[in-house]
Amino acid sequence: MAVAGTTLATGRPRRRSTLARREAIAGYIFLLPWIIGFLWFTLGPVLGSLGLSLTDYNAGGKAPNFVGLSNYQQMITGDPLFWQSLKVTTIFSFVSVPLGLLLSLVIALTLNQRVRFLPVWRTIYYLPSLVTGAAVALLWQFMLNEQFGLINSVLTAIHLPAIPWLTDEFWIMPSLILASLWGSTSGMLVFLGGLQGIPTELYEAAMIDGANTVRKFWHVTLPMLSPTIFYNLIFGVINSFQVFVLVFLLTGGIGASVGGPNYASYVYAIYIYQTAFQYGRLAYSAGLGWVLFAVVLVVTLALFRSARLWVFYAGER
Amino acid sequence: MAKTVSTPVERAHTVEGGVTPRRRSTMGSRVGRVLIYVNLIVGAVVLMFPLYWLISASLKPLDEISAFPIIWVPSRLVWENYVNLFQTVPIVTYLQNSLFVAATSMIGTTFSSSLVGYSFARLRFPGRGVLFIMALSTLMVPSWVTLIPQFIMFKTFGWLDSFSPLIVPQLFAQPAALFLMRQFFLTLPIEIEDAAKIDGCGYFRIFWSIALPLVKPAVIAISVFSFLYNWNDFLNPLIYLQSPEHFTLPLGLAALQSQYQTHFELIMGGSVIAALPCILLFFVCQRWFIQGIVVTGVKG
Repeated sequence: MAVAGTTLATGRPRRRSTLARREAIAGYIFLLPWIIGFLWFTLGPVLGSLGLSLTDYNAGGKAPNFVGLSNYQQMITGDPLFWQSLKVTTIFSFVSVPLGLLLSLVIALTLNQRVRFLPVWRTIYYLPSLVTGAAVALLWQFMLNEQFGLINSVLTAIHLPAIPWLTDEFWIMPSLILASLWGSTSGMLVFLGGLQGIPTELYEAAMIDGANTVRKFWHVTLPMLSPTIFYNLIFGVINSFQVFVLVFLLTGGIGASVGGPNYASYVYAIYIYQTAFQYGRLAYSAGLGWVLFAVVLVVTLALFRSARLWVFYAGER
Repeated sequence: MAKTVSTPVERAHTVEGGVTPRRRSTMGSRVGRVLIYVNLIVGAVVLMFPLYWLISASLKPLDEISAFPIIWVPSRLVWENYVNLFQTVPIVTYLQNSLFVAATSMIGTTFSSSLVGYSFARLRFPGRGVLFIMALSTLMVPSWVTLIPQFIMFKTFGWLDSFSPLIVPQLFAQPAALFLMRQFFLTLPIEIEDAAKIDGCGYFRIFWSIALPLVKPAVIAISVFSFLYNWNDFLNPLIYLQSPEHFTLPLGLAALQSQYQTHFELIMGGSVIAALPCILLFFVCQRWFIQGIVVTGVKG
């Protein structure tokens, strides 16, 4: 990412080596909270997860046996739930993330039209993304209730049929996406910042060249905003592959069979959770976690590769 | 003082006010402007409606919640719903637990991330670039990969059903927070710190008494982010907490949902209580919060 390269080298003149050594020692000491946390809660567990996934360790507490890649083999060849959860999660991610970005972008573009009371609008449009986690899932469970939910009431009021949002195999995914879209407007702030950062000279030059509003958008706004879109896309995808609480509470919650009718919204994180904490298959669950890591990594790398084609960095040659 | 942190502050100001020069208002552009406001109002109503629905449902008489056709405005405000809520569930305990976990984690994350961010921004040592890229790349590691080994580890520590698994990992610098701190520290002019160094200040003194007070907006921003994240966290409490007297609010809400499935007035009331502190915190810290989002997001 461009982030890292920007200011790493501060070109200050070299000073006496004892001073430099003192500075380096202080630097490492200041870094300790991250180093310890990284080793203890990230690198260690990531490697531990990999090692664990090569065993048959269960919650029962028996000593683990090394079983090689058989957990992974089972996932790929004999586990329909693995494929189902991967499919459902991919669909969720590929639909909800672009839609969320589009929505945020449209809001940001509208707010960038020199509207009055901008801080008020900005607050209103940001507010939904402050309601997160359990509260948002429970709210939408109520909103989408088949008998007396708000959405169906509106539909019947305009003489449309009521929709079994949460109980139908087909409708559960649109329900999830709808609920996730409601809180996805936070990207709007970042886009707004990005829009304000586009130099006005570019628009003036475009105007002199006779560009109309549409062309200005395609040839100035969009390219200049593409790094911001890219940043939001990357983190949107990473987060959406880990969606859990929304599905967990929207489709039942504690003690219920979660994941929607006939596993129609059985997202990957729910599969990991149930494998580990309801069936006690810790090793297999660790393997599932590693596959998720690999999938996220591949998708992220693919996005980074694609960035060359569509992300424009102003400072780059 | 204020001038030294001008870059991010200025950016936030441009977010507030327009930069493009005002155009002549022709007939067409006037219609366009009206359309913009119409769109904004319609969008705001649609986005705000679920919030209104949430609050109004929590104050409706029981028979009006499931009435059909729906009742848009409650006939009277039933504050007893909240009294009921406090009597049926130990919501005060949940609130206390959530507050404790979120506040301790917030202090730990903010302090450690500031320290690490300062180190990455200002102190020179071999391997700084590589370590910084490593710190950033952990943003791409899903928490689901580390979950099982962490669970086994905390279990062997005897930490199940305690707050330690929720708090201890948060005491160490978090990648997003340290990145934001670094970006802000980089905007400070180096001369102030150099002057302090000549005066014989140690590195920690320079960080603590000179650099940190100058990036107060960033400190507030990451504090708010951290508080909201830990306040809303659901997965870790679900996995680690077992006895109801240790539940945090989101977990308590889930328990409420499974116990009182049809009592939407209680569930919505609980959700209001969970969401309210986040909204209040946002209003109080709005300026810095928005700056933080814009700086991390745009520079990415």
